[in-house]
This record gives sequence, structure tokens and C-alpha cells, in this order.
Amino acid sequence: MVSRAAWLYIGLVVLVTAALVDSTSFTPSAIRHFWLYLVILQLLFLVCDSTPAPLVSRQTKWSPSSSATLAAVVLLGPVAAALVGAVSLLSIKRQLKVPERVFNGAMTALSGLLAGKTYLALHGHVGLPGRADFPEIILPFAAAAAAHVIANQGLIWGVYRLNRGPGMLRREGLESSLPLLLVSDLGYAALGLIIASLWSVMYGFAAALVLVPLFVARWAMGQFAEQQRAYSATMKALCQAVETKDYYTRGHGDRVSLGSVMIARQIGMGADRTDAIEFAGMLHDVGKLGVPTTVLQKTGPLTEDEYAAIQLHPMRGLEIVREIGFLNEALAGIMHHHERIDGRGYPMGFAGHEIPEFARIIAVADAFDSMTSTRSYREAKTIPEAVSELKKGADTQFDPLIVEAFIAALDRYGWRLPEPATEPADLATITVQDHDDPTAPLRVIEVS
Amino acid sequence: MASRPPPADRWSSWQALDSGRLLLMSTAAMLVVAAFATSTIEASKINMGVALAFGGFIALGELLRLALPGGREAAPIAMIGGMAYALLPQMSGHARSSIPQLLVVAVAAVGMLVGALPHIAAGREAGLTGMCTRLVAIACVAFVFHPAGADLIVHQGWPVRLLVMTPIIGVGWLVETIISALIRADDVGAKFSVAIADEIRVQWPLGAAIGASVVIIVFGYDVMGLSELGVFLGPLLVTQVAFRRYAGIRATYLQTVRSLARVTEVAGYVEAGHSRRVSRLAVAVGRELGLAEPDLLRVEYAALMHDIGQLSLRDPIPGGATVQVSAADQDRIAELGADVIREAGVLDDVAELVRCQSWPAGGRDQAPPLGSMIIRAANAFDDMVGVSTDRERSATALDRLRVDETEFDRRVVAALAEVAGRRPAWRL
Repeated sequence: MVSRAAWLYIGLVVLVTAALVDSTSFTPSAIRHFWLYLVILQLLFLVCDSTPAPLVSRQTKWSPSSSATLAAVVLLGPVAAALVGAVSLLSIKRQLKVPERVFNGAMTALSGLLAGKTYLALHGHVGLPGRADFPEIILPFAAAAAAHVIANQGLIWGVYRLNRGPGMLRREGLESSLPLLLVSDLGYAALGLIIASLWSVMYGFAAALVLVPLFVARWAMGQFAEQQRAYSATMKALCQAVETKDYYTRGHGDRVSLGSVMIARQIGMGADRTDAIEFAGMLHDVGKLGVPTTVLQKTGPLTEDEYAAIQLHPMRGLEIVREIGFLNEALAGIMHHHERIDGRGYPMGFAGHEIPEFARIIAVADAFDSMTSTRSYREAKTIPEAVSELKKGADTQFDPLIVEAFIAALDRYGWRLPEPATEPADLATITVQDHDDPTAPLRVIEVS
Repeated sequence: MASRPPPADRWSSWQALDSGRLLLMSTAAMLVVAAFATSTIEASKINMGVALAFGGFIALGELLRLALPGGREAAPIAMIGGMAYALLPQMSGHARSSIPQLLVVAVAAVGMLVGALPHIAAGREAGLTGMCTRLVAIACVAFVFHPAGADLIVHQGWPVRLLVMTPIIGVGWLVETIISALIRADDVGAKFSVAIADEIRVQWPLGAAIGASVVIIVFGYDVMGLSELGVFLGPLLVTQVAFRRYAGIRATYLQTVRSLARVTEVAGYVEAGHSRRVSRLAVAVGRELGLAEPDLLRVEYAALMHDIGQLSLRDPIPGGATVQVSAADQDRIAELGADVIREAGVLDDVAELVRCQSWPAGGRDQAPPLGSMIIRAANAFDDMVGVSTDRERSATALDRLRVDETEFDRRVVAALAEVAGRRPAWRL
């Protein structure tokens, strides 16, 4: 639903746009074929706007429609640019609702108008560009393009913020895609000047010609998004395959991945690293496959050898994922996720900040999910219980700063508990001791 | 590790310079020599500013090479620069004239070499083959354009010029594609007809963008002059980033499946290196049988994950040799594996190949897909031969596969024998 504040915001954008349109700069009769050119540019805008490509994630769609608006800035002036932008009201994207359409139309119109005014203010010449206009025209055009990008993204940011509250960029991971979005926008804005210049040679056919590279770029972006989706789906499926060996830990990798990402966002980690920790969290226990099932399912205390086999699982995990093109940090996270701040963990016995940051993060998410999941030897703990266990373990087992960040992230994003596990019929697939559970350490037979 | 060339190829790097490559490189070299010998004479016709600007554009394009799916490398911006320069109506005073063909070759050659220097300095491959291919393609555009009456055409209106230019650009693109396909067919041992189809499939989106960009530059130059090159770099670079991200994620995807397929080895279900050996063998056999690249990729994924169903078994099968297990168990492992892969939702055709891998070639109700038969044979072969390079052992294994044609497909076994006999390059 659109909130009242958002409606007000949309109304304000429409009003500002209307107020800024001044009739003095609108002189259609001074330019030959004004209306024909306008319609062609509007069509170009509509074609671009109606076929956006997913950029980075499914929420951030991107379309090169700004090139049509900016061509109008040069060819026909600010008001025409606003009229081109206003066409996004009619976008054939079906899922759009009326308020979204109104906002989009007003937003692109206002951005076009501001770009046009910037262009005029810097003495840009409106009309078909000629040989004499170059290279002087580039400066006002670049300023217009920058104004367009800033206005456009700023207005979108405003409406997002109203709808979803402050901090939404970071929360939804949009922050990471912002530089790419801005650079793509600026890059394709330059196409506006190319369209305007080609117009002097081949008129409206310029628009058709420019569509070819635009659609190829859009195709590549679409392919990227598709591959990325396929990639993470395949990864999840393979992780699930690993987890089928153990009834109680199903979904564990997924939840640890989510928890690690929550912490990463909370402490303001960059986009690449957040992506990497997402995968590291998912794969952190993959090495458990190298531990014999008989050891994982043993009820009594473990022998030294069996305990050693369990302690080896981070190394086995590293062995499996080493060749994936991850950041090295992700590999370090998988290898060291059972180290303890006091140096009593495994496999290396690192202490304090010797432990890589990724590992300290995964350790907290890992222990939390283990505690809030049902085990054959105990019920699941509640979230407050698990939080107080984490606090208890801060400074001995966990990095207190990470624990703090996780608790803050829990408040902010919440936590979805796993489905309460009922006893499976096939008893062979139960882990009887959970190596991740900080409240029930593995029992090892003391050898004198 | 995957990028390290197998030792067999290291000492024979001169053999890798096969006759096709040699011919290509000498053609390019002759063009360059001819270009420099002639250009000195035609010095009066050279507009240095234009030559430098396009040379710089080409150098930048060569610097920003692009990895395409399947380990290909392209330099689209260099191609755009070169072809646009060849077709450019150069302004000399107020008159338009076309640019001498050999000047185009010289500028492109120098630009490419300059752009390649940072690659060499950084210890990357110089990419000589790619550069020669592009140079020959650009030269083709320049030489075809001239007989077409270049000086006459540059004075025509835009529709005529567009009509003449479009097929010439098409020729340039086709030359590059055909040379690339010839070299690739030779490198990986594919049939040329398959290689050219693969090449066209991979290259056409980029080719369309390159062609349109060339047209845009040539016409835009009339109005914008050289400042166009700077302005147009913006959209070109953004497009290139989009392609780069696409190729990058594809590579990571394959790498991840390769790595994660090894969980069965780490868990002790199969012998170390088994999945990778089977996948290499299966891809080589598929190529021998003329499979196209998308099918080969499917076979590769399915072969890598063919044992993943064993994860659902409680305890490893001793030795992991699935051929020695009862047919019912093999079916179950195949079904379980297919279930795992189908879970991903995006690899259903791979899941199907995994599901049918346990079917005899004679078929059940229906014949198994070719990919499944290939994996079945490759798997059985690897179970019997493993890392051994003993030719007798491999011959015995092949004989056993030939015993019953209803078990292993005859064509597949013949291709397998061909691949196994040729060289041991598919081994780890």
C-alpha cells in the first residue's frame, strides 16, 4: 500500500514539475518537425522503459531510457524532455499500479526538465547539433546528464525511503548496486548526445540504430541476472544434498548464511564481501561430509580419534571449496569457523584478532542457529535464551563486537526459526551430538 | 589448478603453433609489412589527428579485452575502432575522402600492439592469435570497401552509405568468426561445422552491437568529429562491463559445480578425481560425436554430478565403483542424484541426463539420451581404468564395453576408443 506520506511526496513531485515548466522556453514553432521528433523520442523512451533489465538483483531494474530524454534536451529543449519523460506513465510494464505510474511519470518528467534547464544554463544550444557545436557542447551536455542522473536517483531514493523507512538501502542490499547503477546511467546518458548528433544525419532513424547496442547490453545484463539466479539455486541445491545426510541440520547452511549476511550488513561490510560471506556461511559445514557417519551419530563419548575427525571438518570443507573463485576471506571463514576468541578452538587454535573476521561472524551465526534448532537430545532454545548464551560466550568463545552486532541485527531484521522438527521415522539420519552447540560440548573420552 | 596446462602441452608449445595459426600470423605480418612500406609513400594523405585518435581507441579496446563464455577472448572496442576507421569518410579540408586501406592496417596494428603491451607487462598472455584474427578482419573490411568505390560512396546520402556499409561490416564479422572457429576447432578437436555454429551462437549478440556501433561512429563523425570517440566510450564501456559480468558469473558457476561435485570424493563415496576425469572424458567423447557447446556444457555438468545421488546413501559403496552395483541400486542412485539437481530448478535437462545414466543403451521403454549414454560409458571406463595410463588396460576396458551393444552404445564406445587412443590429455 502507498502511505499518505508517499502520496504527498508524489503530489509534491507533480507540483514542482508543473511549477518549473515555464512557457518562455517552450517554442515548438521555432523547431522544424517539433511534434514528429517528440513522438519519435517518446516512442524510443517507451521501448527502452518497457524492457528493463534486472541489475544485480531482481529489485533493481534498469533501463537506458534516459538516453531518449537527454536527446530531447539537446534537440527540443527542457519542456520537450519533460514530455518525453512523462511517457513512462504509459509504460507497458503490466504489474505497475496507478500511483507507481504517476510517480514514475512525474519523476522522469522532472528529471528531464532539470536536465534541460541545466543544459540551457550552461549555454547549450537547442536544436540539431552541427559540426561547429563540437566540442563545446560536451560540457553543458555532461552537466545535463549528471543533473538527470542525480535527480532521477534522488527522487527514487526519496520514495523508497518513505515507503520502507530509513536505512532501507543498506538493509535490502541495494547500496551495493548503487555505484553500478549510477555509472550505467551516466554511460548510457552519453548516448543521448550521440542520438541528437546522428539526428542531423539520418533524422529519427538514429533512434532505431541506437536501439541495437542498447538491446544487446540489455541482453547481456539479463543473461547475467539469469546466470546468477541459476548459480545460487544450484549452490543451494547442492548444499541441501550435503545436508540430507543429517535430518536435524537441514536448512542449517541456509540460516547460517542469512545470519552471517545480517551481521555483515549491520557492521557495514561492502557488497563483494557480503556476497562472499553469504556463500561462505552456506558452505561452512560442507566438510562434515568427510566425517564418517558413524562418528556423527555416535551416542557415547567420542574417542580421541573420533574427536580429531570432527575437528578436521573445516579443513575438509576448505579442500572442497578451495578452487571456487571466492574471495580468500570466504575460504578463511570456512576454515576457521570453529576457532574461539580465547584460543581454545580448532583447527589452528587462533585467538582474538588472529581469527579472520569472516570466521568470527560465521561462528556466531552458526552457534545461534544450532541453539535455536531442535536436537535429539534437547528442545530448541528460545531466541532470548540463545541470545543470553551468546552473551555468556562473548569474550571466551565469540567476538563480543560481533555478538553485539548480531543482537542489534536480530532486533532490526528478526529471525525466522526453523520448522519445529518432529522425530523422523528413519533413526539413522539423526545427529546425536551437535558439534556446533556451545551449550553441549562434545564429550571426549579422557585418555590417561 | 584448472588453469595450469597439462605437462604434455608445455614442451610442445611449438607444436601448438599449427599450420592454421602460422598461416594466420604470417598473413597478418605480411599485411603489416606492406602497410608500413606503402604508407610512407602516401604520407600526404594521412590525417595524423584522426589516425592517432583511432589508434588510441583501438589500443584501449585491446587493453580492455573481454572474456566470453567457453574460454573465448574478444576485444569488441578494438574491432569497432578498426572497422569504423576503415569505413570513415575522412575530412581533408572541406572534401571527404576514404582512408587508404594500408593505412588502416598500419594504424590497427600499432594500436593493437600498444594495447597488448600492458598485458605482456602484467605477465598475461599476449593474445597474438586474437590480434591477428582481428587485424585480418579489419583489413578485409578496408579492402572490400575500396573496390566498392569508397571515394564515390562517402559522398552519397546516408541511406546509400548504410546499404553499402552494412554488408561490408558483416563480412568483417564473418571473417573474424570463421577464423576463430577454425582455430578453436583445431584446439579442442571439434568438427568445423560444429565449431562455426558454436562460434556464431556465442558471438552474434556482440557482433550485432559491434556492427551498429561502427555505423554510429561512421555517421556520427560527420557531425561530432573526433569528440565522438570520447562520448561514445561511455555507453561502450558500460556495455562491456555487462558482458564481463555475464562471462564472470558463468565461469564461477562452472567452477562451483566442479568443486562441489567433489563432495562425493571427500565423503569417500568415490575415488579421488573420479568426477572430474569422467566429465573430461565425457566432454571429449561428446565433442567427438559432434555435440554443440550448450549440449557439451550439459554433459559436463551431468558428468560432474553423476554420483551426487550417493550422498543420500547411508554408507559409501566400497570403492565407489557403481558399475559393480546391482542395476536396481544404480537406478536408485541415478534417481536420487536427479532429484538433488532438479531441486535447483534451473538444471532440469542436466537432471534428466543424470537420471538416465543407469539405463542400458538398448533402452527401457525409450532410449536414453545421448548425453546419458556418454556418461554411462565414460563412468564405466573410468571405473576400470582410473588414473592408469597403461594402454593395455585401456584396451581391455574398451573390449569389455564392446561386449554387449545393448549395454553400451556402439557409436559412443567407438568415440571413446578414439578419444582414449589419441592422447591422455583428458586425464587430470
